[in-house]
Amino acid sequence: MKRRTLLATAALGLGLAFGGAAQAQGMDKAKACFVYVGPIGDLGWSYQHHQGALAVKEAYGDKVEIAWQESVPEGADAERVLTQMALSGCNIIFTTSFGYMDATNAVAAKFPDVKFEHATGYKREHPNVAIYNARFYEGRAIQGHIAGKMTKSNKIGYIGSFPIPEVIMGINAYYLHAKKVNPNVELTVVWAYTWFDPAKEADAAKAMIEQGVDVIASHTDSTAPLAEAAKTNGAVIGFGQASDMADYKPSPRVSSIIDNWAPYYVKRVGQVLDGTWESTDTWAGINEGEVEIGEITEAVPADVKAEAEAMRDAIAAGTYHPFTGPINKQDGSAWLADGVTAPDGDLLGMTFYVEGITAEIPQ
Amino acid sequence: MLRLEKRPSPSRAWTIATPVVAVILTMVAGGIMFAMLGKDPVEAIRTIFWDPLFNAQFAAYSRPQLLVKAGPLILIALGLSLGFRAGIWNIGAEGQYIMGAIFGAAAGLAVYPVESRLIFPVMIIAGGLGGFLWAMIPAILKTHFRTNEILVSLLLVYVAQNILSSMALGALRNPEGGGFPGSRNLSQIPAMANTELVAGTGMHWGVVVAFVAVIAAYILLQRHILGFQIKLAGQAPRAARFAGVSPNRLVILCMGISGALAGLAGFFEVSGPAGQISIDFATGYGFTAIIVAFLGRLNPLGILLAGLLMALTYIGGELAQFMLGLPSAAIQAFQGMLLFFLLAVDLLSNYRIRLARKEIA
Repeated sequence: MKRRTLLATAALGLGLAFGGAAQAQGMDKAKACFVYVGPIGDLGWSYQHHQGALAVKEAYGDKVEIAWQESVPEGADAERVLTQMALSGCNIIFTTSFGYMDATNAVAAKFPDVKFEHATGYKREHPNVAIYNARFYEGRAIQGHIAGKMTKSNKIGYIGSFPIPEVIMGINAYYLHAKKVNPNVELTVVWAYTWFDPAKEADAAKAMIEQGVDVIASHTDSTAPLAEAAKTNGAVIGFGQASDMADYKPSPRVSSIIDNWAPYYVKRVGQVLDGTWESTDTWAGINEGEVEIGEITEAVPADVKAEAEAMRDAIAAGTYHPFTGPINKQDGSAWLADGVTAPDGDLLGMTFYVEGITAEIPQ
Repeated sequence: MLRLEKRPSPSRAWTIATPVVAVILTMVAGGIMFAMLGKDPVEAIRTIFWDPLFNAQFAAYSRPQLLVKAGPLILIALGLSLGFRAGIWNIGAEGQYIMGAIFGAAAGLAVYPVESRLIFPVMIIAGGLGGFLWAMIPAILKTHFRTNEILVSLLLVYVAQNILSSMALGALRNPEGGGFPGSRNLSQIPAMANTELVAGTGMHWGVVVAFVAVIAAYILLQRHILGFQIKLAGQAPRAARFAGVSPNRLVILCMGISGALAGLAGFFEVSGPAGQISIDFATGYGFTAIIVAFLGRLNPLGILLAGLLMALTYIGGELAQFMLGLPSAAIQAFQGMLLFFLLAVDLLSNYRIRLARKEIA
């Protein structure tokens, strides 16, 4: 690829022009840039990433400049956006959606002095690419517990975005913990095939409500499913996803998973400033504060709330793992033996449902 | 009071001036919108229209990117313009674009990991064929059952999007991708990659084909009997019939050509800039091309310029979002204004504005 050399030369020239600002040793001022898949006003996934970006600015003041671009499609456009960011002098670029994976690695090859941080992916093809993710399944286990206890119809639902391991992991954790407290529970999964599309998300919620589902968890980024649940006068409940979505308290939103990226972003930008940044693979959860459980409201009975909080604390303390055997796969074959906890590798490559789920993963 | 009076024939001067006036009005109205958002309007307009071309920091990268972005727009818009001229409304280029990408990628991935110089040409043909076949559905339904091609072609876009999702998750999914959706990255497979032909220019095969298509369409419309028939059918359908032009044949030809060109655009995109079949591969080129076709006055040279202008608003718009912190919705509104003003000003080529005189009793 000749363009690669040309751009590398251009990047080198830029680095020199800025007095070698992008060298491995520390720097006085840094520019941190963020790429979002949705609008920052989605009040969910992208909103939370942007809160993290603002926390970086708050933490370092004049030493750090932040810039961002919202609603960047996960395809050919992402590579151009990333290149333009690198050309504009960003020292570290956070790409906050799975679909930016190849683009992140391709642009990282052309700008070896710029640090790239890719959320929720698995490729680190260059020493200037790091990956990070959060253990959302820990929060899903708590939601599953609440769902199993709260459902009256014994039908619970999950709005999936895309059938990728990240989402399948969440569905399994949710179902396992609902089943544990309510053996009669049935799970319905609807795939929206989008991260952010309020209309499609609302349609998915409507379809489930019509089928008698009365607890809905969602893996998409908007508040639309909660807005649908709110129309049922308390008959259907749901959870805040990615952000607290406190506007729907105390019901239909009875709890939430909050992605708190701020500690990680502040730490990583700090490492760029003092020159200690390294390519890492981070997967933090409730313990590290990256996954937070939003307030469990009074719509949930006190004993259920206490159990859910006890589970949260046990997960944080490391005494309970949401995937602890015995667990069988959907086809009945054994996955985890009694007392064995799931290795991270199994979770990150999860392409099967656990036993008891009747739906099928779309092929 | 002002009154509109229909011109006996469209004004030539206004036909040419309309796009320019529309662009200027868009800049003014957009500037007002940016100012209301608390941004410096002059700086915003400069960032959108000037910086991608001449800013020392970005231009070396964004100028070639203009071609990359404009290539598929021009290719699709050219095909559409032929049909639009003949009064055949293919609104589903997005679907044909998707099917072209799927057919082309599938043809190559079927023989993976064989390396041969023949693979790429075969994939090009498959891509064109994919778009052609997808366009034949509304075309044949129209010629045989008199269905409305606008509705059928548009609805087939949604079918194509679902096929795309299913391909990314199923048949074409990368077996080494860890269960994640998306095909192998074609741009990383030498036999299938649609690479830059001259380093640093953005020129890939798709751009070359788009330029060739501009010339071919120009010759077709100016010199070829088919071009004459297309124009005649659009302007005077009855006269065309008397002149022996078969409406059905025109439908098949126009839909077929526009489908094939959209399919080619899809293939060149998937094997180059996009790299892989993924769930969100389709980003609306097929719809934006409709704006490009009209902005270019359905004229091949006009479409070439309109495609480049549209690409400029995309790339400049990205820069403006990033450098000035403009929300992405503001950029979309800005692009929407362009079409709005174009249609509004278009009135002037068919009508003239007169001061209404008092009517005589």
